[in-house]
Amino acid sequence: MSEVFLKIENLTKNFGQFTALRDISLEVFQGEFVCFLGPSGCGKTTLLRAIAGLDIQTQGSIAQAGADISVLPPAERDFGIVFQSYALFPNLSVEKNVAYGLESRRAQRDGISQRVAELLALVDLADQAKKYPAQLSGGQQQRVALARALATSPGLLLLDEPLSALDAKVRAHLRMEIKNLQRRLAVTTIMVTHDQEEALTMADRIVVMNHGIIEQIGTPQEIYASPASQFVADFIGTMNFLSAKVASPGKCLLDATEVAVDTSGLEAGQQVQLAVRPEDIHLEAKESGSAKEQNQTPGTIESLEYLGAFVRATVKLHQSGVRVQADLSSGNIDQSAMVAQTAVAVTFPADKIRLYPLGT
Amino acid sequence: MAGMPHRSGTHRSPLRRKSSSDDRAMRLFILVIAAYLVIALALPLYVMFSKSLENSQGAFVGFQNYLEYFNTPALVYSIQNSLFIGVVTTTITVTIAFILAYALTRSRMPGKPVFKTIAMIPILVPSLLPGIALIYLFGRQGLINELLFGYEIYGPIGIVIAEVFFTLPHALIIIITALSIADARLYEAATALRANRARIFFTVTLPGVRYGLISAAFVVFTLSVTDFGAPKVIGGDFNVLATDIYKQVIGQQNFEMGAVVSMVLLLPAGLAFVVDRIVQKKQVALLSARAVPLEPLPNKRFDTVMLTYSIIISIFILGILGVCQFAALVKFFPYNLSLGLSNYQFDLMDGGGWDSYFNSIEMASYTAVFGTIVVFAGAYLVEKGQGLGPIRGAFQFLAMLPMAIPGLVLGLAYIFFFNAPSNPLNFLYHTMAILVISTITHFYTVSHLTATTALKQMDSQFESVAASLKQPFYRTFMRVTVPVCTPAILDISIYLFVNAMTTVSAVVFLYSPHTTLASVAVLNMDDAGDIAPAAAMGMMIFYTAAGVKILHYLLSRGIEARTQAWRVAVAK
Repeated sequence: MSEVFLKIENLTKNFGQFTALRDISLEVFQGEFVCFLGPSGCGKTTLLRAIAGLDIQTQGSIAQAGADISVLPPAERDFGIVFQSYALFPNLSVEKNVAYGLESRRAQRDGISQRVAELLALVDLADQAKKYPAQLSGGQQQRVALARALATSPGLLLLDEPLSALDAKVRAHLRMEIKNLQRRLAVTTIMVTHDQEEALTMADRIVVMNHGIIEQIGTPQEIYASPASQFVADFIGTMNFLSAKVASPGKCLLDATEVAVDTSGLEAGQQVQLAVRPEDIHLEAKESGSAKEQNQTPGTIESLEYLGAFVRATVKLHQSGVRVQADLSSGNIDQSAMVAQTAVAVTFPADKIRLYPLGT
Repeated sequence: MAGMPHRSGTHRSPLRRKSSSDDRAMRLFILVIAAYLVIALALPLYVMFSKSLENSQGAFVGFQNYLEYFNTPALVYSIQNSLFIGVVTTTITVTIAFILAYALTRSRMPGKPVFKTIAMIPILVPSLLPGIALIYLFGRQGLINELLFGYEIYGPIGIVIAEVFFTLPHALIIIITALSIADARLYEAATALRANRARIFFTVTLPGVRYGLISAAFVVFTLSVTDFGAPKVIGGDFNVLATDIYKQVIGQQNFEMGAVVSMVLLLPAGLAFVVDRIVQKKQVALLSARAVPLEPLPNKRFDTVMLTYSIIISIFILGILGVCQFAALVKFFPYNLSLGLSNYQFDLMDGGGWDSYFNSIEMASYTAVFGTIVVFAGAYLVEKGQGLGPIRGAFQFLAMLPMAIPGLVLGLAYIFFFNAPSNPLNFLYHTMAILVISTITHFYTVSHLTATTALKQMDSQFESVAASLKQPFYRTFMRVTVPVCTPAILDISIYLFVNAMTTVSAVVFLYSPHTTLASVAVLNMDDAGDIAPAAAMGMMIFYTAAGVKILHYLLSRGIEARTQAWRVAVAK
């Protein structure tokens, strides 16, 4: 994980007046699994296509394994690619699809069929070799596309939304399979996705993108627990945002309630957004006058939403009238005491809340 | 990283991708095919335009020819006549075609495939043939001429009937397509809101097919205004633009005036073409909606009416053919009605004899083979090639242009261009090659659109995957693109073959004594008064074209069966 395999510097891509990528710099390490994550139109696919040489960047450089590949056509680069549509050749059987990149390399016929058999075994499709893509399920087609991309042992594997055409169950299963395969082959992999769950479960590092810039690069834990910007905080998982004001170092004011929080980098008097995840909020049935503890404010449960593993409560805060969402897991609290119109004390744990300056 | 400042002020030119060997090869090929279109289409048209500004000595005279043209009442009348034929034919054909298309898509009458096949027959015959049949039916000694109540078949009546026959399949295809994309959910919604049949028809059905109807109207208008066969055979003294060009060039050897009339004829055709392109774009937007196909419900009365109607139309079409075959076999109409093959002794008549029939087959075969290669390769390069944006745009425009160029105009332009002694391509004049080139060019647009549609339906990532696997483009072209597009490729070749067999207009100026063609022979024998042999030759063309169509059908079925395992995926 130490060696830089792909080095992207100051990449910019314009489509006419529209700037799809703005001065992107990024390093991907040897053997790493990186996800480009962001809403549609954020530039993640544009970045992937620039790395593949399919749509060349307007400015900036890309180096792979130490060599400058900035302006090389795709055929002169070293990558395998799997598209959302899989792009399997419909008139060729599974084995011919997998062998497609091997044949012209003057490899021996035996060598090719041996390699194809090996790859099909790898993706668990050895018994489907003679079938045509149309005769396979979506998940199977996806694995054929993966085997085809890996056949030539490329240094870099590019996955463009490879799972989004599949139904939820197959998707969850393939997530694991692709991740295991990648780990086993130790092939440097970049996957584009708009599905945060996919990124969180598969990636070694996630690159969160928005409007053509990188918002944050980090491990899934870092991205989820310490979002670097309000956009990331909002985009990943569920987040409550509350207007607040920095009172003094280590303290902010949420309406009349004083909240202990890390305020480094912020000045006293600055307007901020206080961000806290529903699962981090504590609720306790309590009369409104008694919510006086540290980081605590009174509220009333307005409604409850049953979501299987947990119950999500919508709580109206008394001081501001603002509503927050708080999750009640079954082990967390005595649910029977929590019904609509229950008066509660709402606690924001100091180590779980983050402040973002207004307007970022 | 969010707030990372990005460098400003450094305005460097955008990066350009290094060309791969594939890029260079594809650019070379596209330039070759673009050069073909320039030589076979753009340059001849340009030369013809400049001829229209010259006098017979070749001196530039500006618009003097045009002034002369518009001051000759006999010639200007033709504009009016052509427009009259166009409007009347369009009204009748689109009406007939709409009801027939409605019967074929929205009723549960029996025998739909049969009626549809019969309605497609006119595509397989030269436009001269219905005229000949009408002469036998309604001419001075016609079998049922009393049905005209004293009106003359030679003239607008004959032309319009012949044009309706000739244009019906073209309108029918478009309207059937428009009716087939109807969304059943709209009908269910309308029924749930308790709209009656008439209200549904006017609020759902008609709006859904309006683009199809407009498109069909313009196609029919263009075909009937630019057609030369029907007015030539049955027009009598009723002059139209197309026959004027022929008369100016063949009759009076007044090439400059022929060029002027050609330019005039380009106007309605060009206008119709532009409107049709605009409408087509809107139609595409309708198509992309995900619709639930409509299944018509049985309705005994409606189905019976539709069946009766379809039978009447079929009788009209088969009747025209039947009369021609009858005329071809009758020894001496109307005096000796015994049957024989004497009219098939083409070698005894003017028009090139049996040789012209075999020349036609040869010409049609070359056109099908070379035309398909050029058209499909051209469409592929335009679709999939990288770079050369302006040239690909120009290519696309040139590929669409032939639709707006009447055959006679193209043929005349070829005379001007290829017959010029200074043209190094002069050696092509009066050869089989020039007939093939003119025919491929004349029918380029529809073939190109067929190829483009098929290519667009393929996953656009195939080429990217192939490049990542370091495969040259021609390997993917041969191993994937061509096999997947085989049905479209077959369609194109059959379309070119059939049209090469039946076309008269472009080649009538270009054949030589060694390269007479069957369709031209029909024209010349008719001109010489040998109408029965003309009918016989016309039917030979029909049987040949029909035979090829049947062969195509069987071949397609075979391919479908063989590729059934993977075809499913392409259909998705």
